[in-house]
Amino acid sequence: MNATLYALLNIVAILFFLLTLSAALIWLERRLLAAWQDRYGPNRVGPFGLMQVLADMIKILTKEDWIPPFADRPVFVLAPAVIMVAVMLSFAVVPFAPRIGIVDLNIGLLFFLAMSSMAVYSTMLAGWASNNKYALLGGLRAAAQMVSYEVFMGLSLMGVVILAGSFNLRDIVEAQRHLWFCVPQILGLGIFFIAGLAETRRLPFDLPEAESELIAGFHAEYSGMKFGMFFVGEYLGITLISAIITTLFFGGWLGPVLPPVMWFFLKTFVCICLFILLRASLPRPRYDQLMAYGWKALLPLALLNIVVTGGLVLAT
Amino acid sequence: MFSLLRSMWYVFMHLFRRRATIQYPDEKPRLAPRWRGRIVLSRDPDGGERCVACYLCAVACPVDCIALQATQDEAGRRYPEFFRINFSRCIFCGFCEEACPTYAIQLTPDFEMSEYDRQNLVYEKEDLLIDGPGKYPGYNFYRVAGLAIGGKDKGEAENESPPVDVRSLLP
Repeated sequence: MNATLYALLNIVAILFFLLTLSAALIWLERRLLAAWQDRYGPNRVGPFGLMQVLADMIKILTKEDWIPPFADRPVFVLAPAVIMVAVMLSFAVVPFAPRIGIVDLNIGLLFFLAMSSMAVYSTMLAGWASNNKYALLGGLRAAAQMVSYEVFMGLSLMGVVILAGSFNLRDIVEAQRHLWFCVPQILGLGIFFIAGLAETRRLPFDLPEAESELIAGFHAEYSGMKFGMFFVGEYLGITLISAIITTLFFGGWLGPVLPPVMWFFLKTFVCICLFILLRASLPRPRYDQLMAYGWKALLPLALLNIVVTGGLVLAT
Repeated sequence: MFSLLRSMWYVFMHLFRRRATIQYPDEKPRLAPRWRGRIVLSRDPDGGERCVACYLCAVACPVDCIALQATQDEAGRRYPEFFRINFSRCIFCGFCEEACPTYAIQLTPDFEMSEYDRQNLVYEKEDLLIDGPGKYPGYNFYRVAGLAIGGKDKGEAENESPPVDVRSLLP
């Protein structure tokens, strides 16, 4: 009974925390982007403009929720829900701290990879259901980009799995007690980071929604809270990728002095800031460049990484 | 690859730069002396209206926001009976100021003229007239022009010789 209660409490707390965080991330991103462009960003509503988050929420919840008459209704409504569900489900396996975390799956890493590929359906279905040329182009790009980056996203993590000898995320964290995997797996880290960028459709890989060419890509027809769900899904996606990078490469909750959960959030926060910095500084590549980069550069590198890591582990 | 990292570093270093934003209502921006803002009608040093209602400003105005009607006082001085600028149309191009032959119409460094009611943006002559000579302190059109008005006959302007009777010069 007590264990059930504890698990439920865990789930509710993590859900609440994640949703609040994804809203706060919008504020953080706007402030950081502003700072890097020598501006202030939102600083009028409340202390440091923090209440801007609340104002945005009120605005987006009271907006007209319009479904275009030419859209495919059921799919149109389903698409934004899919991305939320997929990303939230992946958080189930993230080990926040020794006692905090929803489930301790022995195939946690595979579960994360499976769930993050589910998010492709969201963008694809949204682009298809909108029945709009730009949206369809966006959906098409999203599908091609995410499917091809999915391949070596999984492969780049295999080095970590070989070193830790487990798919369990908690075991992987424990295996980094002496040396964080960002040192022996520096190549894997780089590849996973880039694949994660493409997976969350963040700049510079935001081709599915490229404002300058596709107006807004797959969510061009969305408004109100449905659009908001895409947004929350995107920010949760960033948090998820950052949390996974922290877990797999930077020793998760491990660290001196501070409580484990603080270490986890500190590392994740730095990683999120890096995501935002990339958005602030890098231009968007052309579509064929993106695909060529993925298939011709990163995939062979990921395979090489596996071969070298596997060989070294076998040899010693 | 190196250039990507370098540009990320440069962008990151912008965190420590001074912000370019001027937080307007709290902090006023510096306006140049030649800033083209609210339009005024100036007076000459003697306190008379400079405007001679020649319509050149109304003609030069690309958006037709200036309306006026010329009239004359008993001394023969032309002045506008009414002078109306519709600031909801005005684009602050400054063409009226350039067209004005008497330095009457001038643009000032002031832009804080928002109104809740559009009709309040239509300024009449009493709203436009200021008490001073604006950017041209010593200038008085009727003192330097050859036109005869009450109190100043032909040849009495500054740097003007009395009129010559050409017939008296005949052999």
